[in-house]
Amino acid sequence: MPAVQETVERVKRIDVDQYRYGFETLIDSEKAPKGLSEEIVKFISQKKNEPDWMLQWRLEAYRRWLTMQEPTWARVDYPRIDFQDLYYYAAPKPKKTVSSLDEIDPEILKTYEKLGIPLREVAMLEGVEPKVGEEDPARRKIAVDAVFDSVSVATTFKAELKKAGVIFMPISEAIREHPELVQKYLGSVVPTSDNFYATLNSAVFSDGSFVYVPPGVRCPMELSTYFRINERNTGQFERTLIIADKGSYVSYLEGCTAPQRDENQLHAAVVELVAHDDAEIKYSTVQNWYPGNSEGKGGIYNFVTKRGDCRGANSKISWTQVETGSAITWKYPSCILRGDNSRGEFYSIAISNGFQQVDSGTKMIHLGKNTSSRIISKGIAAGKSQNTYRGLVTAHRKATGARNFTACDSLLIGDKCGAHTVPYIEAKNSSATFEHEATTSKISEDVLFYCIQRGLSQEEAVGLVVNGFVKDVLQQLPMEFAVEAQKLISISLEGSVG
Amino acid sequence: MMALLEVKDLKVRVEEREILHGLTLTVNEGEVHAIMGPNGSGKSTLSHVIAGKPGYEVTDGQILFKGEDLLEMAPEERAAKGVFLAFQYPVEIPGVATMNFLRTALNAQRKARGEDEYSTPDFLKKVREVSKSLNIPQDMLKRGVNVGFSGGEKKRNEVLQMALFEPSLCILDEMDSGLDIDALRIAADGVNALRSPKRAMVVITHYQRLLNYIVPDVVHVMSRGRVVKSGGKELALELEASGYAQFEAA
Ligand SMILES: Nc1ncnc2c1ncn2[C@@H]1O[C@H](COP(=O)(O)OP(=O)(O)OP(=O)(O)O)[C@@H](O)[C@H]1O
Ligand SMILES: [Mg+2]
Repeated sequence: MPAVQETVERVKRIDVDQYRYGFETLIDSEKAPKGLSEEIVKFISQKKNEPDWMLQWRLEAYRRWLTMQEPTWARVDYPRIDFQDLYYYAAPKPKKTVSSLDEIDPEILKTYEKLGIPLREVAMLEGVEPKVGEEDPARRKIAVDAVFDSVSVATTFKAELKKAGVIFMPISEAIREHPELVQKYLGSVVPTSDNFYATLNSAVFSDGSFVYVPPGVRCPMELSTYFRINERNTGQFERTLIIADKGSYVSYLEGCTAPQRDENQLHAAVVELVAHDDAEIKYSTVQNWYPGNSEGKGGIYNFVTKRGDCRGANSKISWTQVETGSAITWKYPSCILRGDNSRGEFYSIAISNGFQQVDSGTKMIHLGKNTSSRIISKGIAAGKSQNTYRGLVTAHRKATGARNFTACDSLLIGDKCGAHTVPYIEAKNSSATFEHEATTSKISEDVLFYCIQRGLSQEEAVGLVVNGFVKDVLQQLPMEFAVEAQKLISISLEGSVG
Repeated sequence: MMALLEVKDLKVRVEEREILHGLTLTVNEGEVHAIMGPNGSGKSTLSHVIAGKPGYEVTDGQILFKGEDLLEMAPEERAAKGVFLAFQYPVEIPGVATMNFLRTALNAQRKARGEDEYSTPDFLKKVREVSKSLNIPQDMLKRGVNVGFSGGEKKRNEVLQMALFEPSLCILDEMDSGLDIDALRIAADGVNALRSPKRAMVVITHYQRLLNYIVPDVVHVMSRGRVVKSGGKELALELEASGYAQFEAA
């Protein structure tokens, strides 16, 4: 696997101890006044030119949110967030829908370039696609939706996707252009009342991606969203909604970065997936929000609700996540296995270093007959971090023949970090078979020395061993992301040993 | 003859306990030295200190490699400069394909020496050649490093790496333990093929048998953290006949 070699190479070129994406882009932006109120919710809705039903939906969520409490059950510890001290809306100026590269602020384009999101892809915006014959056939196409602070700034390959019947656009646009679809599905997986952060998101979400794949269509390319928080004190609340209609298939990738700042920033996204009969959704995330500095100052609070609904028979939803960033991660991508014979998968790599706190895992809710789920979680804790896997697997009374396999492995690097596994398993019928395996090990000095004796540096050795540890999960990622993820894994563990 | 490795009056502590009490050893280019000695006499400790394993405190003495102070070098630097240790207990690295490991390590060493990396075809050709001569099936190289390898396979994998990296000093710590007769011969042939006027080998073993295959120029007897006797290859036969008791007195 030369990719590991590439990881090693890239890491060598990268400045150690430096969050690589920590720069700030100086652009003019338009913000809503600080704080949260009905007025702000209305302001956001108005900015987005939303229909009234959408505004009412938001207001209902807002009113509900006022009655809710921040959850405290996760193994994460942070000062209370003052929700009135945040901006809930920031948009790069000029704020208008862009249809070609030229209309995008060059500073933003530069940002995406710096982030390593291949400009080739970003440049392939509608209208600036390369001429026939210029395309590199060796490279698979990826359609990109770039979300900068609260606003989607560019969506690529729109035309080509349209040809296939796939709708891929900012959700703000979908609300206007495909209200029937949005109204039908929005909140149908994660109801507005679901949890504190999801409810907050429902009230104030500003943008995100919308995907609809019609019956029988195999989406011709990977779809991808890159989230970037740039503004100071700005909460980012994206909303993603993906619907795979009968017999369709889509693979969706999500990447995230943010500038390096001393203060903490809030990110509370909601992702909803719906898979109808025989449909399949593969959702991959490489999350690399700023984790805070070496003293534990700053970093993103990542409170995300992701849930997939295997609504139809024989449907399948697969979550793959590589979590390396954020000061605090609170995230449990889940599957509701409603359709008979449906299948849910969760593959996770969660790395924590420095003072990061990760509480992540999944829920597999077996409702239909002969549903199956598989959970492979790899937690790596280094520095003074805490890494918790929290998983729930339940089988409903009617979910006869439900099957789950769970394997949670934790790897500790150093002796000031902690790994914890909190599995909840609940079978309400006797025909369910649930298997659970868990291991915790320390990275072995002997293994590291073996690698070093063969010429690798300490950090290369750690990178190699960890990449080996997470291989089962990396294999689930699309090739392009796997390489990026390997690189990130090595970078995020720099300075973790010795 | 050029001295490749000079260990002078080396004293080493592990966790406050002195294990090597002033060990002296000189190995010249092109020579094969055998080190024999009872369990716990400090053979592996010596090999670890030469390779730079953390956890050992050198309280006195020095180690020169090609005239340079080896103790000043990071362990990976020693590797790049040509120090190779075939471990008594090779570790397993799950999820890291052997082939990938070989390539990563080889290129790391080459890079450290300012040499170009091997191209993929050149690398593959080289690995294929060497693994064939060691009777290592290609399939094995796809598996995780040493994962599920038999004892013999693990040792052969060490020799494979030695052949690939072309070090100037090879230290083989009990290469013969756990090998059946055929595996021993194959591994020994592999080692012999690497003998060259520029390369030296230090072969640590308990059994004279290995030295029938890898014939040493010099045999040392280690006891309680020192080299207590050195001689020609006949010394190994002598030891086989009379045991270590005669040296224990020291
Ligand atoms: N990490 C350690 N902590 C404490 N004692 C150690 C450590 N490593 C080695 N020793 C001790 O040092 C002594 C020498 O050990 P070493 O492994 O070098 O012996 P050896 O000659 O290689 O033995 P064998 O023939 O059994 O392989 C032993 O008494 C051993 O217990
Ligand atoms: Mg030993």
